[in-house]
Amino acid sequence: MFKQIGAVTSMNVRGIPQRLGASLVIVIGIAVTVGVMVSVLAMAVGFDKTINSTGHADRAIVLRGGSVSELGSTISRDNTLTIMDAAGVRHGDDGKPVASAEALLIVGLPKKGEQSQANVTLRGVGPASFALRPEIHITEGRMFQPAVHELIVGRSAQGQFAGLSIGSKIALRDSEWTVVGVFDSDGDSHESELLADVETVLSAFRRNLYQSVVVQLENPDAFNAFKDALTTNPTLSVDVKRETDYYKSQAQQLNKLLNFLAYFVGSIMAIGAVFGALNAMYSAVAARGLEIATLRAIGFSSFSVVFSVLIEALALALAGGAIGAVFAWLFFNGNTVSTLGGNFTQVVFHLTVSPTLLITGIVWACLIGVIGGLFPAIRAARLPVAAALRAG
Amino acid sequence: MSAPTLVSIRNVSKRYQRGKQSVEVLQNLDLDIGQGEFIALMGPSGSGKTTLLNLIGGLDHPSTGEIRVGSERIDSLSDGKLAKWRARHVGFVFQFYNLMPMLSAERNVELPLLLTSLSSAQRKRNVAAALTVVGLADRARHKPSELSGGQAQRVAIARALVADPTLLVCDEPTGDLDRHTADEILGLLQALNREHGKTIVMVTHDPKAAEYASRQLHMDKGALIDAGAINAA
Ligand SMILES: Nc1ncnc2c1ncn2[C@@H]1O[C@H](COP(=O)(O)OP(=O)(O)OP(=O)(O)O)[C@@H](O)[C@H]1O
Ligand SMILES: [Mg+2]
Repeated sequence: MFKQIGAVTSMNVRGIPQRLGASLVIVIGIAVTVGVMVSVLAMAVGFDKTINSTGHADRAIVLRGGSVSELGSTISRDNTLTIMDAAGVRHGDDGKPVASAEALLIVGLPKKGEQSQANVTLRGVGPASFALRPEIHITEGRMFQPAVHELIVGRSAQGQFAGLSIGSKIALRDSEWTVVGVFDSDGDSHESELLADVETVLSAFRRNLYQSVVVQLENPDAFNAFKDALTTNPTLSVDVKRETDYYKSQAQQLNKLLNFLAYFVGSIMAIGAVFGALNAMYSAVAARGLEIATLRAIGFSSFSVVFSVLIEALALALAGGAIGAVFAWLFFNGNTVSTLGGNFTQVVFHLTVSPTLLITGIVWACLIGVIGGLFPAIRAARLPVAAALRAG
Repeated sequence: MSAPTLVSIRNVSKRYQRGKQSVEVLQNLDLDIGQGEFIALMGPSGSGKTTLLNLIGGLDHPSTGEIRVGSERIDSLSDGKLAKWRARHVGFVFQFYNLMPMLSAERNVELPLLLTSLSSAQRKRNVAAALTVVGLADRARHKPSELSGGQAQRVAIARALVADPTLLVCDEPTGDLDRHTADEILGLLQALNREHGKTIVMVTHDPKAAEYASRQLHMDKGALIDAGAINAA
């Protein structure tokens, strides 16, 4: 049986160069389908990775009750103090809570190489902010000083926006701010932000309300105690979320959209590719009608014919899938993309063509190949031998 | 005819459905073919020669009637069983050779052996032997496109022979060849019949070709006509 299938298959495969046009239709159709799908999914994976690496389980973020995101939230100075003093918050060596009351402002900056402006988050952070977020490292320049208009910029923000090199001055509202440092932050979404001292930011923008309080918990299990302490306090009306959950919920919407887009567009293209493959395989089988009939006359089983046509379709599909996936990987893996994140500001992330995605793409290719090959294969096997010999 | 009967056809009819109409292509046909005979089947176009040959070779089922080859009733075999039966018992030679264009001569000849349990070394030996019988040992590596019509038909005959079938079934094997080449091929078939004892059923339009056979049968409108009389003549 294997000898039969092997012989018929190797014959079919050797014939591919002669039917190059039809074979290329299959390969290219599937390559494009898989390439597009993998690329869009790579966006979803990259976005997910960026968002998921933002946030830690042993931190909590506090927003005004009912707020969906930091921007829609306000917390008064008194309330920030109450929150930082609550049970479950870790205290540093100096006895102060490891927590940061933060203010968020949206500022417009020109994108590199474009005229248009895009929104960037300027985050005012408290003095304990860097004890709270040890993942933030200054990679260039120095830390900002409080009370003067200095800020540091995330690595991704610097890559995407013009005029953020060290020493540059940027005009925000009616004051001028100097970029004094660049930081990275384990690739999380803070790398898309600008950071400055919160009190300086508030006074420069003439505000007195904060947007959020981020606290370091004594340990991840202390979350419930902390949450209970705040929600049972009648002077507070706040939502408390573990930081990881908060960023996840922020990303959910966009992630769903990207996944939907990938599978929706992918499915439409896949249907097109299936028809392309069907058409090409039908003509491949028709062109070989006499060969197939002769083999069957000699005694080859119809199963070996079905199987070899399927293998041929699968081989072409596999080639297409691999080409599409490799192209997506070559051209898009690590590509930087920015999009509106949870706070209506730009989140910069990298397209990630993960091994799982490559496999997903190739599995789709195989499905397309099997469906596109099956019906022509069955037709080939069902043709009565005598009639097919006559027709040849 | 004292040789034991190899093929026995009893009351066989074959009808084709053409649209709503049913056409009877073979009508209540009876025929016995002895072991070691070389039959030439003649008759006008459309008389049913190919249809009869296909029934003898197990490529098709009769509408009614019995076909026995050796000890086997092949009219009642399923398609799958019939394919296996063909692989063991029948070698086919076609007018247009029907070689696989992608495969070299020796690979073409090897095809029927892929359905046997022979090892690759044994297959090679048998292929070489079959190509030697047809006088083409030196063309083993050639593709069909690199062979003349006569050479291609020799390769096809080698392919039909290689698995040592009981019966060779040839549909106008010289229909596409010039006189000289046709005579060579017919001489080869005759040698296979006389020296190797192959039973051959050959359809032909060519009376000269028919003279190579040991018995001539004539068909008209789906029936055999006085075969005995012609044989005696
Ligand atoms: N699959 C089919 N469906 C319908 N009619 C068929 C089919 N196969 C053969 N026929 C008809 O059966 C009749 C006999 O055909 P067959 O091929 O056996 O003739 P033949 O004697 O071999 O003719 P030729 O010398 O031209 O090859 C013809 O009229 C042909 O049209
Ligand atoms: Mg015919």
